[in-house]
Amino acid sequence: MSLVEAVPSRASSYWRLQRSELRLVLGRRRNLVLLVGLALVPLLLGLVLFFTQDTALSGQGPAFLSRVTGNGLFLVVASVFLCLPFLLPLTIGIASGDAIAGEAAAGTLRYLLTVPVGRSRLLLVKAVGALVFAAAAVASIAVVGLVAGAALFGVRDVTLLSGDTVPLAAGALRVLAVVVYVGLSLTGLVAVGLFFSTLTEVPVGAMAATVVVAIVSGVLDTIPSLHAIQPGLLTHHWLDFAEFLRLEPSWSVIGGGLAVQAAWVAIFGALAWSRFTTADVTS
Amino acid sequence: MTQLQAASSTASDQTADVPTDASTAVRTRGLTKRFRSGQVAVDGIDLAVPRGAVYGFLGPNGSGKTTTIRMLLGLVRPTSGQAWLLDEPMPDAAPAVLPRVGALVEGPGFHPYLTGRANLARLDAADATADPRTATRRASTALERVGLLAAEHKPFRQYSLGMKQRLGLAAALMRPRDLLVLDEPTNGLDPQGTREVRLLIRELAQAGTTVLVSSHLLGEIEQVCTHLGIMSRGRLLLQGERSVLDSRGTTTVQVTVTHGHAASAVGVLRVLGLDVTAEGPVLTADLGPIDPPRIPAALVHAGIEVTGFEVRRPSLEQVFVELTGEGFDVAR
Repeated sequence: MSLVEAVPSRASSYWRLQRSELRLVLGRRRNLVLLVGLALVPLLLGLVLFFTQDTALSGQGPAFLSRVTGNGLFLVVASVFLCLPFLLPLTIGIASGDAIAGEAAAGTLRYLLTVPVGRSRLLLVKAVGALVFAAAAVASIAVVGLVAGAALFGVRDVTLLSGDTVPLAAGALRVLAVVVYVGLSLTGLVAVGLFFSTLTEVPVGAMAATVVVAIVSGVLDTIPSLHAIQPGLLTHHWLDFAEFLRLEPSWSVIGGGLAVQAAWVAIFGALAWSRFTTADVTS
Repeated sequence: MTQLQAASSTASDQTADVPTDASTAVRTRGLTKRFRSGQVAVDGIDLAVPRGAVYGFLGPNGSGKTTTIRMLLGLVRPTSGQAWLLDEPMPDAAPAVLPRVGALVEGPGFHPYLTGRANLARLDAADATADPRTATRRASTALERVGLLAAEHKPFRQYSLGMKQRLGLAAALMRPRDLLVLDEPTNGLDPQGTREVRLLIRELAQAGTTVLVSSHLLGEIEQVCTHLGIMSRGRLLLQGERSVLDSRGTTTVQVTVTHGHAASAVGVLRVLGLDVTAEGPVLTADLGPIDPPRIPAALVHAGIEVTGFEVRRPSLEQVFVELTGEGFDVAR
């Protein structure tokens, strides 16, 4: 053979597998249906608000909702707000719970490991894949929200929660910050899902457990006597994205929210790693 | 029971015959796996697969073959004991040695919604030592070799069981390998497919690849093996060259004579020292130490017309039954 087989560098071989993983995650029909489903939320919400704006129903609901008809930019915020309690955790649960358990169930895990792929590398590739999917989920809500909001209601200078108004460019930047914060708020749940995914060969089990964690966290957050532990809960700071809609966002609140996510990522990332790198693969 | 002990002591003698410094494709020492349930799946086995061998790894379902193979490949951690692949310790040397090893473990495993070719591309993308520029060509060669080129663009879930098995073989053949570990490669294949797998194994072995092939169906791979290892209940009962089996078990002879000669034929064979049973004109006896050609010669010499003569070597099945006192199909 005249062509010498070249052994690729460490970095290029990592990216080759990472690209393959992203194609797998983003090309899978189930996942695309999920993204389309999430993208329908701002579209439907926009249409409902558009057709009810001159009726007695207008102006009802949470603060973000009532502002949408005045400024299409708020459709992004309102849609993200509506998806946070259940639809986004469900999407994250499916993406991260499937990561390792899905390969185990398909019987592909043993073949990946005997190729061989190092277990740490595979876990990293899977984590990045799930994070990218989480980002895609939030982005699809945001992009469709922006387009639908602009088309239905137009965009103009942004009136903040305090009543002050900032110019359109600054307002758009704040909405972008809301979206990024929501995306980062989901990283802890991705790590939890990834850990569950290393425990089982049944992807649906890992997915369900992940969603349950988000729901239970939300419930615990409403019980007054648990006041002491609530700041550490996975979902406690999720709605702090509203900080970006105040005249002076509190960076300590935002930083605190992100720090809690970082802690969940560190703990459950470490658990997933220690489990996955030592487990017997019998699937 | 005494038979079994005798057998296993001979088996370890045979292991000792393999010089420890010889280059082996697969070697284990006291390899043991006790699962958390307490079940001992593999109980201190000493495998020795010489380079270039086609090693038939036989045993009933549940005898510990697959767990052994999983330990060899680093999927399952041994409770105790050691394993070497191509003289490198496993699982420590996995990144260096596994690219030289093709494996089919407990049936094919692929993404059902990806095509056969996309599945191969996925596995190749995972191989840090594979050259991406040659990936397409290597996949084509592998698919052609197993006869799947026509179905390469079908999603895996539409494949028949046999096609799935072939894709598993194609994945193992994506790169040139020094060792192939094939766990039940003929599962789900029709007789024609089984024959093709046998041919493929023979072809690969001729090209210098060592093949470790497991099966719970004795007849299927017996024919291509140069070496055999027989497992039962987590223990390696017997291992060595294929010819070892001929010295095991009982070789019988069957003689058919013309009508009316049966009685005198029995007399002749008794003189030779054979314990004969006659059923009409068909006489059977355990061969013992007698050189087979002497038998028809003696009969003809006595004026008896011989119409049939057959020496029956012990089948693997017989040997297994004699080793364990059980049929081969017993599950655990």
